[in-house]
Amino acid sequence: METVWFILVALMLTGYVVLDGFDLGAGIIHLLVAKTNDERRLVIRAIGPVWDGNEVWLLAAGGTLFFAFPPVYASSFSGFYLPLNIVLWLLVLRAIGIEMRAHMDNQVWCDFFDGLFAIGSILLTIFFGAALGNVVRGVPLSKDGVSFAPLWTDFRVGPQPGVLDWYTILSGVVAFVALALHGAHYVALKTEGDLNARTRNLAKMLWPILAALTLLSLFATMYVRPGVMDNYRNHPVSLLVPILVVGSLGLIFTSLKRGDDFKAFLGSSTYLATMLVGAAFALYPTLLPSSSNPSLDLTIHNSAAGQYALQGGITWWTAGMAVAIGYFVLVYWLFRGKVSIETGEHGY
Amino acid sequence: MEDALFIHRLHFAFTITFHYLFPQLTMGLAPLIVVLKTIAIRKNDERFNEAARFWTKIFGIDFVLGVVTGIPMEFQFGTNWAQFSKLTGGVIGQPLVMEGVFSFFLESAFLGLFLFGEKRLSKWGHWWAAFMVFVGSWMSGYFIIVTDAWMQHPVAFTRGADGSFQVNSFIGVLTNPWALLQYAHNMSGAVITGSFVMAAVGAFYLLNRRHEEHGRIFLRVGVIAGLIFSILQVFPTGDLHGRYMAKHQPATTAAMEALWKTQAGAPMVIIGQPDVENQRIDNPLVVNNLLSFLIYGTTAGEVRGLNEFPRENWPTNIPLLYFSYHIMVGLGTLFIAVMSVSAFLLWRRKLYESRWLLWIVMLCLPFPYIANTAGWMTAEIGRQPWLVYNLMRTSEGFSRNVSAGNGIFTLLGFMGLYTLLAILFLFLVYREIDHGPGSAIAALGRTASKLTGSEV
Repeated sequence: METVWFILVALMLTGYVVLDGFDLGAGIIHLLVAKTNDERRLVIRAIGPVWDGNEVWLLAAGGTLFFAFPPVYASSFSGFYLPLNIVLWLLVLRAIGIEMRAHMDNQVWCDFFDGLFAIGSILLTIFFGAALGNVVRGVPLSKDGVSFAPLWTDFRVGPQPGVLDWYTILSGVVAFVALALHGAHYVALKTEGDLNARTRNLAKMLWPILAALTLLSLFATMYVRPGVMDNYRNHPVSLLVPILVVGSLGLIFTSLKRGDDFKAFLGSSTYLATMLVGAAFALYPTLLPSSSNPSLDLTIHNSAAGQYALQGGITWWTAGMAVAIGYFVLVYWLFRGKVSIETGEHGY
Repeated sequence: MEDALFIHRLHFAFTITFHYLFPQLTMGLAPLIVVLKTIAIRKNDERFNEAARFWTKIFGIDFVLGVVTGIPMEFQFGTNWAQFSKLTGGVIGQPLVMEGVFSFFLESAFLGLFLFGEKRLSKWGHWWAAFMVFVGSWMSGYFIIVTDAWMQHPVAFTRGADGSFQVNSFIGVLTNPWALLQYAHNMSGAVITGSFVMAAVGAFYLLNRRHEEHGRIFLRVGVIAGLIFSILQVFPTGDLHGRYMAKHQPATTAAMEALWKTQAGAPMVIIGQPDVENQRIDNPLVVNNLLSFLIYGTTAGEVRGLNEFPRENWPTNIPLLYFSYHIMVGLGTLFIAVMSVSAFLLWRRKLYESRWLLWIVMLCLPFPYIANTAGWMTAEIGRQPWLVYNLMRTSEGFSRNVSAGNGIFTLLGFMGLYTLLAILFLFLVYREIDHGPGSAIAALGRTASKLTGSEV
């Protein structure tokens, strides 16, 4: 039962990264590809009706972690106190950037909120990548499962690392590039003309960087956490994951060549999903590893909630999520197709 | 460590108080917008559609502020109250994840359709989107109340060997009697905020002699809903909640009333300042026997005073608790008075011309916010010194690994950020009110007619 909830938490996070990932990515490339006020409005319109729902996946993932593994939630959220609070501030500023921009027809006003949206998106992706890096690398857990990570120490990966060291910064950069590419595919998919062309060109520039960084981060991870390959060695079928990562990169490459925005978007979605599933698989059954002593790891065995909660939770949780996915299909279907500047009903 | 505890409490108090200024309006306006849209369709009256559209815009701005200030709340259980989360997550993790899965997804999906989908949907389709946003926001409120109610009145759990709480009945947690009473009282409070804001904007338009047709609609709907819910707020919801509290949190009830000695025929203090050191009330104005009567329905009922309880179990800030409670009750009484007079004059068809009353209605705008805040302060300060009533102390719950210095750092950050949000909110809402309901073309037409003195 603990394993089922481990998978569900991982799936929720994956859903979050794939979905909110493209609107974060849209924010990263926003100022770069959209030159005129109309083009910037188009980028916002492309994500306008869906970004809020995408972000709910983060809340639901956090809630699911809280429900199924309370000590992990408590330990990681208080341990990452400073970076998490910064993430919260960025989430607030970014949301304001998206939602408040259209309230005034005034260049300075629009530029200010475009800036908030872009800066918020850029820093958030780096922080999220670094957060994942921390979970893979491990944190300084004490005996009672408590930690407190300073923002940085000496940027080295030791038993007392900071939240930011060379490895987690590398993870942050990987996330930044991957989501920028993912966002570019989405914006290309939803727009036409110059904006579409500029976005595709940017994606073509980002692709080789992402491919190189992916390889680099794989070696870095094996260096930082040698045990990371154990699960793969014991279950050879799991080698499907790296094959899928390479395959998705290939799909992005060929789709970019042929100008197929949808397949490119599918490719980057698969890339993100398989990277995360791969990381989760490597960690299992650990949820939050200790950087100093593996016996202090928080695992699904020493931090799960009671059996009654976990077993009963499956029923209502699954039912609730099935309905939620139904809403998503409805909303994406209603707002399908390219966005245009004419229709006045949008509000963005 | 004392310092850190204080900072973590202040951190939560500040962020939650600021946050709840927004959801109380969204939850209060949502049913009123559904009412406006229903009338618009049934009577086929475009003015009600314009009224609904106007409040939808205010709702949209308010909703964004509610969302962005709400996200930090869910994280704060873990960041600032790690010990509490670790031990109680097996119970309260349930309503919190349910809120995400059942209401946030629903709200986020239908909000877009509600705010921007009017042309894309049929009139009943759009009514349905509004209705679903109403349902989503009210469900969301229920899950939060369930969480708080469990802390006030823990039910349906077992204790693990490590002291952790584990749920043993999902239904038990969701149907906690405390939650049902608190929910009724709280939601009625939210509708009071919604109706007072609506009525106040209506009064503002009539006093200003602008958008008068819509102003009358706002006043009518606001006053009728305001009267109904101001009465419901006291009876039965407040009455039942108060009695249940007297039974299960007797020390809190005694502290709210600043009642030191156990007595039959206990008086109720209307005004006065509690002096905890000397156990008395300065400058009191009391009604004899009233407290016993309110709790037991008879003036002979014996109410337990604070002296019956060990001092370490007294609420930690009795004067603040006492004032929160008295402000809530005082304002609640004022609401009934203002809305009764307004409703009476509305019935006599004199409200729209009674400028003295329109002034009062308009100036009442901040009071529901103060009353709702004071009510929540009564509930939460009254729960002290417990985090989980009678089972876990507040001093045992905060994140021991987060120092006071780090807490102050993020508290200051939130204060700065929220100041910015408050300014932005007031600015944007005032712009909408100034612009007024009705289409832009109609507004232009009115300006033109004013300028040329002709009817358009």
